[in-house]
Amino acid sequence: MSLNDLRRGQSGTITNVPDENLRIQLLRFGIINGTQVRCHCKLPFGPVVLKYGGQEIALGREIARQVTIKAAQ
Amino acid sequence: MSPSCCSNAACTVAGQRNIVLVGNPNVGKSIFFSSWSGIYADVSNFPGTTVEISRGKIGEDVLIDTPGVYGVSSFNDEERVARDVILTADLVVNVVDATHLERDLFLTLQLADMAIPMVVALNFCDEAEALGIRIDTKDLEDQLGVPVIQTSAVNNRGIKEVFAALALARPGISHPEVEQATTKLLDRIDTRPEALMVLEGDEVVAERHGVAPENDRERVYLLRRQRANKIISAAVIRPEKAARFRDLLGQLCLHPASGLLILGAVLWGCYQLIGVWVAGDIVGLTEEAIMQGHWEPWIRGLINPLVPESSVLGQILIGEFGLLTMTITYLLGLLLPLVVGFYVALSLLEDSGYLPRLATFVDRLMTSIGLNGRAIIPVILGFGCVQLGTITTRILGCKRERTIATAILNFVVPCSAQIGVIAGMLAAVGFMLSMTYVAVIFTCLAVLGTVLNKVIPGQSSALLIDLPPMRLPRPTNVLRKTAIRSFFFMKEAYIWFFAGSLGVSLLQVSGGLKAWQNLVAPLTEGWLHLPKEAATAFVMGMVRRDFGAAGLTDLTLSPWQVVVSLVVITLFVPCIASLMILFKERGFKEATTVWLGAWVLAFSVGGLLAQIVL
Repeated sequence: MSLNDLRRGQSGTITNVPDENLRIQLLRFGIINGTQVRCHCKLPFGPVVLKYGGQEIALGREIARQVTIKAAQ
Repeated sequence: MSPSCCSNAACTVAGQRNIVLVGNPNVGKSIFFSSWSGIYADVSNFPGTTVEISRGKIGEDVLIDTPGVYGVSSFNDEERVARDVILTADLVVNVVDATHLERDLFLTLQLADMAIPMVVALNFCDEAEALGIRIDTKDLEDQLGVPVIQTSAVNNRGIKEVFAALALARPGISHPEVEQATTKLLDRIDTRPEALMVLEGDEVVAERHGVAPENDRERVYLLRRQRANKIISAAVIRPEKAARFRDLLGQLCLHPASGLLILGAVLWGCYQLIGVWVAGDIVGLTEEAIMQGHWEPWIRGLINPLVPESSVLGQILIGEFGLLTMTITYLLGLLLPLVVGFYVALSLLEDSGYLPRLATFVDRLMTSIGLNGRAIIPVILGFGCVQLGTITTRILGCKRERTIATAILNFVVPCSAQIGVIAGMLAAVGFMLSMTYVAVIFTCLAVLGTVLNKVIPGQSSALLIDLPPMRLPRPTNVLRKTAIRSFFFMKEAYIWFFAGSLGVSLLQVSGGLKAWQNLVAPLTEGWLHLPKEAATAFVMGMVRRDFGAAGLTDLTLSPWQVVVSLVVITLFVPCIASLMILFKERGFKEATTVWLGAWVLAFSVGGLLAQIVL
């Protein structure tokens, strides 16, 4: 499943970011394969907001769709 | 030193050290800068870019502030500028946000890998403490190999201590594997920082040394990220705290319903501040009471005996569009209060952490016109000054987005100075007619965006933005930013006002203005149903937009004529200063298209409206 499929409040572990440029940018923000993230909020048809550590970032739908994750539980 | 050094703004004479402030966006670097260098900072564009660099002096040394970046590389202009300044650094002060160490340490470790002598300022320590985040500073120092000083810059705490620690600065501990790979390159490249850049595949730095860039970026980044995570897990204890008020507020900004309410409240607040209070009360005082009531009669009385007002020179100096009368009045009485008011609002929004949340909130809407949410920032800035907005389109991901955003800014977005005048005129025509104006402009925006999104090939990039914590803006910081920005804006703007008034005066004295009015009379009278004197406003509008709008206030217009004339003047060509920026940023073809297109758009839409309502 992708980041886009996370429900609000649900957590997941990043498993794959296919695009290299995106991978590097997420890496600088602190997200790599294995990072656990929580879906902080989700705008209707809009971006997904992630929370991890003390950090909060927003990813557009197009990006969120590319990132595959393994949901917690 | 490499030959590239002396093409650099950061190049210095022998004996001077370059002390460079480096940090992620919004970590409070500029407070360090201004408290160390005082007010005598020299702000200038980095050569070849529109990215601003502040330089100050500390004794013999030069202090340079860099744009906030998440790492040293070349993802955008800001990063390229930061990279080039850092490559000339003799000493780096890395400001990090204690509440966001996971993110900030990446840059710190990259600087450590460069082996430039460094001091780390651990800023927002009071805030971290309040959040229950415990940081073992001693352990951090040991792991990084450089002095780490706790600070709270907004409360003026620790700034002196960091300054004292500059004497203790030393190169940080590099990742052993990265260090090995970097030193291997030193037979071909002079310095460690540059060797690291080449190792990380930076094409520009590699080319300067005539070598091929290495392909190790991802491996090096990953090693660095893992090291950062390891350091954090050892030195930082972060409690799982329940939602605090500002977390809640941040979340409310993003919720569809409450987000809309908050956006409404923010816009209403800005309107009250700029549109009602500044444009109404303050400008009423400064423009009418002070400038027109006292300044203009005084200067007329002073000049008239020497140069009679009826003479050509008199017309130019103290006539209707006089350099010493109307121009000074507009500049100091009208423009200055509006610009200050706008920058206060913008600095408040910036410091509160609302802007990135707004970008997230409007992302869905912006994607329908081929932009992502980030583009709301240049658009909002454009409401302050279209030039500023056009320059800020640089933060957008690709050329396509920049073209669309620039077009929207230059076609439909009125600037703050113009909004002030427009708001004043709309106030006189009532709510329904004002809404018609707003609806027409928004329709143009939607149609323009949709059409450009369809017509321009390619795809726009998606949103990826860091959401800083919501913070209560500090008045001193807001005022400091406002003062600096207003000063630089006025410094850029005043010359165009003088040039514009001089041009209009010359046209008037030579009879050119009458000729122009008659020339376009079929358009103004026949098509727009406006008095032919309105053509003067268009001439003035070419010089400065608010100038054009202000030119309309002198005419006697019916309420609907007011709406039509405001629609035309809003959609009209960008001012000269914006046009220069447009040429510089987007090239001849695009700039000319926008300028000519604005004539067509303004007169077609205004005319259509006139045909319907007049």
